[in-house]
Amino acid sequence: MTVQTERPDSRPAEVLKADGGERRAPRRTAAARARTTALAPYLLLFPALAATLLLLGWPLVKNGLLSFQNLNMRQLIQHLTEWNGIDNYAEVLASSEFWRVAVRSVLFTGANVVLIMIFGTLVGLLLARLGSKMRLTLLIGLVLAWAMPPIAGTTVFQWLFAQRFGVVNWVLDKLGFHSMADHNWLGTQFSTFAVVTLLIVWQSIPFVAINLYAATTTIPKELYEAASLDGAGAWTSFTSVTMPFLRPFLLATTFLEVIWVFKAFTQVFAINEGGPDRLTEILPVYAYIEGFGNQHFGMGSAIALLTIVILLALTSYYLRIVLKQEEDEL
Amino acid sequence: MSRSRSTASRLRRIWPNALATVLTLVFVFPVYWMFATAFKPTGDIISEDPVWFPLDFTFEHFQTAVTADNFWTLVRNSVTVTGLAVLFSLVIALLASFALARMRFKGRRGFIIAFMLAQMAPWEVMVIAIYMLVRDADMLNSLVPLTLFYMMMVLPFTLLTLRGFVGAIPKDLEESAMVDGCSRPQAFIKVILPLLAPGLMATSLFGFITAWNEFPMVLILNKQAEAQTLPLWISKFQTVFGDDWGATMAASSLFAIPILLLFLFLQRKAVSGLTAGAVKG
Repeated sequence: MTVQTERPDSRPAEVLKADGGERRAPRRTAAARARTTALAPYLLLFPALAATLLLLGWPLVKNGLLSFQNLNMRQLIQHLTEWNGIDNYAEVLASSEFWRVAVRSVLFTGANVVLIMIFGTLVGLLLARLGSKMRLTLLIGLVLAWAMPPIAGTTVFQWLFAQRFGVVNWVLDKLGFHSMADHNWLGTQFSTFAVVTLLIVWQSIPFVAINLYAATTTIPKELYEAASLDGAGAWTSFTSVTMPFLRPFLLATTFLEVIWVFKAFTQVFAINEGGPDRLTEILPVYAYIEGFGNQHFGMGSAIALLTIVILLALTSYYLRIVLKQEEDEL
Repeated sequence: MSRSRSTASRLRRIWPNALATVLTLVFVFPVYWMFATAFKPTGDIISEDPVWFPLDFTFEHFQTAVTADNFWTLVRNSVTVTGLAVLFSLVIALLASFALARMRFKGRRGFIIAFMLAQMAPWEVMVIAIYMLVRDADMLNSLVPLTLFYMMMVLPFTLLTLRGFVGAIPKDLEESAMVDGCSRPQAFIKVILPLLAPGLMATSLFGFITAWNEFPMVLILNKQAEAQTLPLWISKFQTVFGDDWGATMAASSLFAIPILLLFLFLQRKAVSGLTAGAVKG
């Protein structure tokens, strides 16, 4: 920095010589200050950039490098680096297991996001219709579900759906489904996914609902008045005023939910560790169990990278819009 | 005719409230059941018919949870890691957000886009690579890498949200302070920082929640019991204590209470903070 400020300073200092030494010092500091101002943003950004490169960039690069290595228990212990080209990718992409898990992840994400968006929107619109007291009550309920830590929520759902003494089985039994009295929810693929889906949807609806409600409060009242002057009924004003106004919000939220659900490692792993029989593994869990559990670290890294690629593909539409929007704004 | 119409209109007025009541119950019930089970005597927990409203209270399950091996060590670990991660990210983000919100310079757009992408970093699938890096640095079972990576997890969100908050403060305030003889850093500390306080609170709340709840990374990095954090302990509790639901729910309650309180306390700010950061940024 000192080197950079020194050089440009010399010119005004020379010119000033004739003016006498007195004004030299203040002018020079002013010029130096201008230099510092030009550098200031980069200095201010430096810690954030350094952290990002070191703690995010480097692991990503490392992930890429590992995915081209034959790295199992033996190589790990002996600290060997064995490059094996694209073998890991070839093996992963040729295995039917990977494709089964990938399709399962996409379907799981799709089902969750559809449920979250539909019910979140409905609850949000309901919030907008309620009186202030009832709205506050529902808001508190939503905030409690939203705030619940995923790991605590998972243990609570394990308990709600417990085979013995679980509330859900008791209720189903009382409702006449006596075969459900001792049902083991975590015993089959479908019912395990059902429990995880309920858990995720329960925790995610509040975000959509509360933010959607907040968005509806920003719709100008005049728009509705204008619509009703034009003879629009409740439904028409909903489709012609409310929905167009909410569309950008709904689009953004849908894609955020896709990102969150696709990566829902915590709930899926904590509820049953991907069981029964590895049938509820979604991609992040699959990468963890292949790479870490079975100690094929290179293979696991290849799966991880492919997972990132799939996630990017799923969200590319949204990312493009966001990036474009940000460019227009700046 | 008129009577049926009045019933219809009453119905129209009532159904939103009825629906809202049912929904409130649905959303609250799991949280309620966690606390109810935690306070119930074991006899009421393992009963053929659920005891909906516990009349006998007991702290026995909390006793079990709190006296479990390493509980206080894990509390200390969680608090240390979370607190430091949030603090570091706030400081770093504050500097950067000031540059991004207030200054014009080359590459500014690129930086913002980079941080937006960083916000979506798939940490859950990067854990294998992170394990290798931490292992090579001989730092497994240490709180240092956890703190650093948690800081990085919350940094982009903190930075982008604070950028919004800084941008919302009128530039005139700062400029008039500078006219009055403050230097730019002084103007920042004396004028902007106090106005940023609510923003800092909301932002750090979300950083706190992310770091407090983090599970996959500590699962991989810290196998040693004394080096773990609370989420890992909660996830294993039921297995370790063999279907002791009372103690499991007590442990979950202890873990969830700080977050639930923070959320209820900061609800409004939380919502606007998250909207600003997540949807816009």
